[in-house]
Amino acid sequence: MQAHEDTYKPSGPVSKWFDERLPIMRMMHGQFVDFPTPRNLNYLWTFGGILVFCLVTQIVTGIILAMHYVPHAEHAFDSVQHIKRNVNYGWMIQSMHAVGASMFFIAVYIHMFRGLYYGSYKAPREILWILGVLILLVMMATGFLGYTLPWGQMSFWGVTVITNLFSSLDEIIPGLGTAVVTWLWGGYSVTGATLNRFFSLHYLLPFVIFGLVVLHVWALHVVGQNNPTGIEIKTKSDSVPMSPFAVMKDLFALAVFLILFSWFVFFAPDYLGHADNYIPANPLVTPAHIVPEWYFLPFYAILRAIPSKLGGVIAMFAAIAVLLFIPWLDTSRVRSTKYRPIYRWFFLLFVISCLALGYLGAKPAEGAYVTWTRVFTFYYFAHFLLVMPIVGLIETPKQMPGSITEAVLGKNAGGGGAVPDGVAAPAEKH
Amino acid sequence: MVMTRSFVAAALALSLSATATFAAGPAIDIKRNSWSFGGIAGHYDRNQLQRGFQVYREVCAACHGLDRIAFRNLVEKGGPEFPKDAVEALAKEYEVDALPNESGEVVKRPAKLSDNFPPLYANEQEARATHNGAYPPDLSVIAKARGVAYVGPWYLHPWAMLKDIANGYQEGGADYLYALLTGYKEPPKGKEVGDGMSYNAYYPGNQIAMANPFAGGDGQVEYQDGTPATVENYAKDVSAFLSWAADPSLNSRKQIGWQVLIYLLITSILLYIAKRRVWASKH
Repeated sequence: MQAHEDTYKPSGPVSKWFDERLPIMRMMHGQFVDFPTPRNLNYLWTFGGILVFCLVTQIVTGIILAMHYVPHAEHAFDSVQHIKRNVNYGWMIQSMHAVGASMFFIAVYIHMFRGLYYGSYKAPREILWILGVLILLVMMATGFLGYTLPWGQMSFWGVTVITNLFSSLDEIIPGLGTAVVTWLWGGYSVTGATLNRFFSLHYLLPFVIFGLVVLHVWALHVVGQNNPTGIEIKTKSDSVPMSPFAVMKDLFALAVFLILFSWFVFFAPDYLGHADNYIPANPLVTPAHIVPEWYFLPFYAILRAIPSKLGGVIAMFAAIAVLLFIPWLDTSRVRSTKYRPIYRWFFLLFVISCLALGYLGAKPAEGAYVTWTRVFTFYYFAHFLLVMPIVGLIETPKQMPGSITEAVLGKNAGGGGAVPDGVAAPAEKH
Repeated sequence: MVMTRSFVAAALALSLSATATFAAGPAIDIKRNSWSFGGIAGHYDRNQLQRGFQVYREVCAACHGLDRIAFRNLVEKGGPEFPKDAVEALAKEYEVDALPNESGEVVKRPAKLSDNFPPLYANEQEARATHNGAYPPDLSVIAKARGVAYVGPWYLHPWAMLKDIANGYQEGGADYLYALLTGYKEPPKGKEVGDGMSYNAYYPGNQIAMANPFAGGDGQVEYQDGTPATVENYAKDVSAFLSWAADPSLNSRKQIGWQVLIYLLITSILLYIAKRRVWASKH
């Protein structure tokens, strides 16, 4: 862990006795009270804490739902209705869990765009970033498995479409894909056996996420947080202790985030879902448009952009896998896009591409939609494989402040005036 | 009522198709109505739910089940709130399976408040056999299983979404049901309607196996509370009733929602003030 001041004082003889044998309180105090955080963090840095909240909420509400849910093809749909109608406050717990999944993804995508914009993946934070990508991957698996459980039409047909993708492996080794799909289904079609194992895995994976989050936070506390300037903490005045400074800010941001969360839970609980999932699963009737949950739409668009099944599957997984390599694909000398006059335009284009892919993923794969999906899919990959290496080499970064303190107090300190007024530091935008 | 019988005779019922809601073809623009339970502050209108239940019972119930609703729900707060003894009497008109007796036979007994509405059909096959191959879906969650699609240029779509989120728009199902129930019209010239099918302006594909449930026109159902007995009101009231059936906790959900929101707003303000104080020395 990063070396910093230790202000932990056991509060009495018992905690002193304990501290001498297992200094866990000392460690927690060191990592979550004394831990130095850059003083210039903006509100985009509050999403780490928000994400921990989201994970805990999903686990707690999920455990309660599992007490009432029945993972059986004949009973799953009705058991969800039972939860909403007959369990005390079941409607609220179910809504928090379903809406919570969407909130989790909103927060994780903001968290990732923040990391991309400020170069938080660059050395020495490569492992931190890679762990984050793995968390995203397991989150997506968990979200997908969870959407199966209500056993509505979209659940059933979503599983059918996505698991069927693995049959494209037959194009590499004949028989392999079919074998994998049969193994995933636990039979020769999507049945209650599939539902039952998906429930088991849906309960397991959040704890895998939890383990990965512990490693993610550990890695973070070894290398320290990045910040909007991308300049490392150099002197004591560059940082503030996590508590109360970062903690207070995180709490405020969390409360604001909860307002959005509650809005959906109480006033629009079904807005983020799909009406077809209120129709019980029926293997004999295929919905006209099978669409995944909104948070998968960009990847679903990439899947359909490639005119070959295997190619589409490879592209979809590559869209996530490519993120693992960006610490080495980005050749820029500076971290923060704030000081990158050319790259920032490409970054904007990348954000637009992701949003456009999300929109196109919900549209039928026909006509102009297909063309645009291909254009944006091309840019998605080009951004990482061409723009990141090339722009980093040819671009001349803007003048940077000498330190974080100078960035915050610029004018007051009389140093480099190229930075915004320090008074607005906490709310500092790029 | 007499109409129930004649309806049974006339009804060929709705083709199940679940899926048909979003079936191929351009999205149909469905008018949005104003509902007492709409938006972030709306609540169910008890009298409307009572009338809606009457319409359901006299018109829809002959073919469509309500399996996930218990009789007691009709008494509970936030619903139609019928008097308890009236619902007890109603329940007695239905029969449900009793527990096996000493000789192992399962006999029928009259339903109680705690029972759900008994299923109308033993299985889907029986339902289809009764209705010329069409399957009348259970209506317990139908209002949530249907919706209205966005119709308009793509660049306005995000704004329409934000507007719906800000307004807490969750009444797509009711809007769709109302449009469907009032959408029985003469087919336009050149439009062929299959044998035993009806033309409906709002049903995807415009051909529906369910005959016009309000073919009897105004006066088909006799309202007791002075509300004009018109087809528009039947459609509106039964859509409201089915919205409640699909979402019986709406009233308490919104009430708790406002409490939570006010609490969070105050907490946010206090946390912001605290945060400013803590950071005052660092600016």
